[in-house]
Amino acid sequence: MAELAKSTGSAESAESAEVDFDIIVVGAGPAGSTAALVAARSGKSVCLIERGTFPGSKNMFGGVIYGRVLDSLIPNWWEQAPVQRWVTRRGTVVMTPTQSLTVDYRSAGWGEAPYNGATAFRPDFDAWLADHAVAAGATLVCSTTVTGVSRDSSGRFSVVSTDRPDGDLTARVVIACDGVNSFIAKDAGLYPHAGDTNHFTLGAKEVLALPREVIEDRFGLVGDEGADLEIIGCTGDIAGGGFIYTNLDSIAVGVVLRLSDLAESEHRAEKLIADLKTHPMVAPLVRGAELQEYSAHLIPEGGYDAMPTLGAPGLLISGDAAAFCLGGGLWLEGVNFAIGGGQAAAEAACAGLDRGDDGVGKSLVDDYRSRLEDTFVLADHKKLRKAPDLVLSDRMQFRYPQLVCDLLEGVFRVENPDPKPGFIRLFFRAAKKSGVKIRHVLVDAWRSARTYG
Amino acid sequence: MSVTGPLTWPLVSFEDRMATVDFRVSSRAHITLDSSVCRDCPARACIVACPANLFVPTSDGGMLFNYEQCFECGTCYMVCNGEGAISWSYPEGGHGVAFKRS
Repeated sequence: MAELAKSTGSAESAESAEVDFDIIVVGAGPAGSTAALVAARSGKSVCLIERGTFPGSKNMFGGVIYGRVLDSLIPNWWEQAPVQRWVTRRGTVVMTPTQSLTVDYRSAGWGEAPYNGATAFRPDFDAWLADHAVAAGATLVCSTTVTGVSRDSSGRFSVVSTDRPDGDLTARVVIACDGVNSFIAKDAGLYPHAGDTNHFTLGAKEVLALPREVIEDRFGLVGDEGADLEIIGCTGDIAGGGFIYTNLDSIAVGVVLRLSDLAESEHRAEKLIADLKTHPMVAPLVRGAELQEYSAHLIPEGGYDAMPTLGAPGLLISGDAAAFCLGGGLWLEGVNFAIGGGQAAAEAACAGLDRGDDGVGKSLVDDYRSRLEDTFVLADHKKLRKAPDLVLSDRMQFRYPQLVCDLLEGVFRVENPDPKPGFIRLFFRAAKKSGVKIRHVLVDAWRSARTYG
Repeated sequence: MSVTGPLTWPLVSFEDRMATVDFRVSSRAHITLDSSVCRDCPARACIVACPANLFVPTSDGGMLFNYEQCFECGTCYMVCNGEGAISWSYPEGGHGVAFKRS
């Protein structure tokens, strides 16, 4: 494999003879392919290693891709990116087993370039992004699992071992975008709390086939418009949430479950999805749809305070490997954070190589971190650092959905000949029924204001 | 055009559910289980938590595991409280789960 490396590397700098590549990127998801794209464009020799047979084949999300982060990398990306539908309808749903309240925001503007978000199949989208890295000059090596990254005699992480025969490759900088389980980051000691199941959720989803006209009728969509429904209150005794996304001729229905709760629950993921599909609000949307593919993946949802150290000598980590996924309640984003993270990693790596930095000092990682802080990647995470705990807190998850639905029940239910009760009375009644004290509501309102304000 | 059907859902059998997923099965197991550790485990969180339902308790208190239809998600080793029960790695390159519509 080193032969492959030497024959395909662009060998820009005189020192390139010492290593196989300037930069090796592990994992061709959005973070890795973006890092490879940016590094290759700046003239570095880049190897992008992917364990799947093609980029995206191991990847799954419950998701929307917010593509504006691509504006500077791939101009008019929306004309070529393989998306399913452009999200013009964002519903935030609070439910109990028999009730639901949806805040249904719709924007015609989101259906026009440059758009806001899109649904997509990750095997399509990730392969497309990797194609751009290859077009920029990166060497993509698929069907190759990285088994470890080790230090050279100078203490720098520069030797990438793979499961190919003669499969060791060397680089000046290694960018690990090897996903939520990142054994590279863990083995390098960058994850002090890697085993904390509070910070990870299991996402499981069903993709269900429906004719596109049926989808458009049921969700009130026209053409390539799409809907994104995010749900709280549908995961039994497990903190988490649910989602429904429209693809072109299928819909995705799934749940996200906090691992620490899942470990103590009797509820299986596919059973919770089945329950969600029979919910009176959801059943009419999904009836008759046939299972096309079932999938599952871990999600790093701990946010800013659960992030690992972002690198070590010669090594940077990005994407889910660095827990860049944003589980912020109102905002559930990941692909854009991976792309922004991968871009910053490549820029830091290239700047380091250009100034002749040997990567041993702290400057590489410090530069990477400051670039992330200058963009939304760490700025948003820092601002929303309290959001994951708030969203997954017991009252948010198991009390407030009932309280909110009961309040609305009281508001809209007409019980003549009784006169209408006032809001305050209804609120106190609903709070009492759901076991919430008013001071808790005030505390949580203050927490929410501080988290999102 | 419209599609109608019952509003209640017949549960898809787990076998049919997993048959919707492509796996390129490697001859080498990427996850191995030391079920002697499982024998003493009171929690056995893996049984419920594994989305592919790959952990099957046996009547004699042991645990059966088959790696072939694994999503490679990592849930099992994360929820496992038996030190050393699960040895987890990725499948060799080009093998394992291959999503299409995820």
